Amino acid sequence: MRFLGGKLLHLVLVLLAVTALTFVLLDVLPVSVAHEIAGQGATPADVAAIREQLGLNDSVPVRYGRWLAGICRGDLGLSLYSKQPVSTAIASHLPVTLELLLLAQLFALTLALPIGIVSAWRADSKLHRLLGTLGFGLASVPSFALAVVLVYLFSLRLKWFPATGCTPLSEGVRVNLKGFVLPALSIALVEWVALMRVLRSDMIATLQEDFILLARARGLPDRRILLRHALRPSCFTMLTLFGVQTGNLIGGAVIVENLFALPGVGRLLLSSIFSQDFPMVQGCVLLIAVGYVTVNFVVDVCYGMLDPRVRREASGG
Amino acid sequence: MVKKRGITFWLSVAWIALVMTCAVGAGFLPLPAPDQIDWACLATSPDGVHLLGTDNVGRDIAARLFFGARVSLTVGVIAPCIGLVFGSLLGVAAGFYRGWPERVIVGAIDVFLAVPRLVFLLVAMFVFGSGLPAITLALGLLCVPSFARMARANTIRFAGREFVLAARATGADDVAIVLREILPNALMPMVAYALLVMGYVIVAEGGLGFLGLSVPAPAPSWGGMIAEGREVLERAPHVSMIPAAAMFLTVLSVNLIGDGLRGWMDDRESQL
Repeated sequence: MRFLGGKLLHLVLVLLAVTALTFVLLDVLPVSVAHEIAGQGATPADVAAIREQLGLNDSVPVRYGRWLAGICRGDLGLSLYSKQPVSTAIASHLPVTLELLLLAQLFALTLALPIGIVSAWRADSKLHRLLGTLGFGLASVPSFALAVVLVYLFSLRLKWFPATGCTPLSEGVRVNLKGFVLPALSIALVEWVALMRVLRSDMIATLQEDFILLARARGLPDRRILLRHALRPSCFTMLTLFGVQTGNLIGGAVIVENLFALPGVGRLLLSSIFSQDFPMVQGCVLLIAVGYVTVNFVVDVCYGMLDPRVRREASGG
Repeated sequence: MVKKRGITFWLSVAWIALVMTCAVGAGFLPLPAPDQIDWACLATSPDGVHLLGTDNVGRDIAARLFFGARVSLTVGVIAPCIGLVFGSLLGVAAGFYRGWPERVIVGAIDVFLAVPRLVFLLVAMFVFGSGLPAITLALGLLCVPSFARMARANTIRFAGREFVLAARATGADDVAIVLREILPNALMPMVAYALLVMGYVIVAEGGLGFLGLSVPAPAPSWGGMIAEGREVLERAPHVSMIPAAAMFLTVLSVNLIGDGLRGWMDDRESQL
């Protein structure tokens, strides 16, 4: 229990620090919001009135305090321009991001697990080296360049998938999923390499252990040794990395979301920064940071479940 | 046994040398200006006049590619250096003094890593102004935390070793120990890591360019060129593919060189 408590405290502290830092960072931006809202030909008095009304005249700590108080009531504020509640806007953008993220990570794991295992199993073969080279090459492709190539091949030439756009789930799962395949692939094809590499190197180390030798001596088939005995102790580093990647994707798929015109959180954040819609930016940053720390928290807890030693060390020490 | 570096290593070196030559010589080569528009040739394929063809508004792709290489290389070389210098300072300080400086630095790194990168980059560019120096500085600052983490880990590893103890026994002060005993040892793996970061930074700059946030148009950047070529992707795919291939080969080369150097350093270390 102390293990969980300490982690949770750390989580809250990081969130407070990140949101406070964002407030300070955003305060540096040249504020023209009031001018924008007042429109052309507005008198300085109008602008001042709008600033006052939006509470932009208060100091950073005061505004941050007000924002925090709002959070405690479950209120993220209103968009400066559309007056739409920030929480509503985020709620409408989040499903797209989550679907993209899930599909991308699913693709990445589907590639990384079998290839990592096979290439650890045949660690001195030509296959191992070939897979290593392939991975090395793919890891060097920027995901947006890969996306352009995928769009050219699979939507312009072969016409298998749409190039842009996102159809809502209500129009059918098939059509909806089709729109996510290329974006998810362009993320996954770059991400899986790192997962595969750490899994492979951990697995090669595990396969040297005595209990594997024992399993071999008992005459168990390779398949069983690899999947039942070697995989579980070998996937810690990969899990950590998987967590970090997933956390980064919550707001980090901006380029892919833009390229495929998917209305996700990344796009919302980008457009809000450009229009200096502070409450919206703050809401997105909070969501991204919460996602990031939560994923890392879950990974830590999973560690404890997979390996009792971690749990014992953390609560004993 | 020293592993021989293969042909891929030297091909990578050759490619980087070629890109550097093109970037430096872009102004001297007999090429049209990168923003000069040839209305007669819109998105044409490579021919005698335009070596690599023209883009969707009739600008020479070769010229834009060479001038764009300047952006990628400047960012790719300088940003990791910024990260290396400041990251080492912070990391060594944290690892050498331990106690509260370490707690402050490690905490700051944790927080920094949880701030969405895009927010940081955009705000940094608002503050520093747009343009190449601003982008380089912003991406450089983004590299600091990972270098700092690595420097700290390495410093802790070496600070307890016998040669540091020996230096202290001869009366060396902290500065001398850090500079003469710890840094030379801690720095080696970080330089190899810097090459990995170089590839990452080139991709990151490309991503900014792709979103139209790198050097202001009409100045060319590889990421921007890939994005612009999407308008004519169907009938003239080379407009996007040429800069994409250039970026891929450059990042791949940097990674391969880094890999080769790491192998070389591991060999050296095992000989010690």
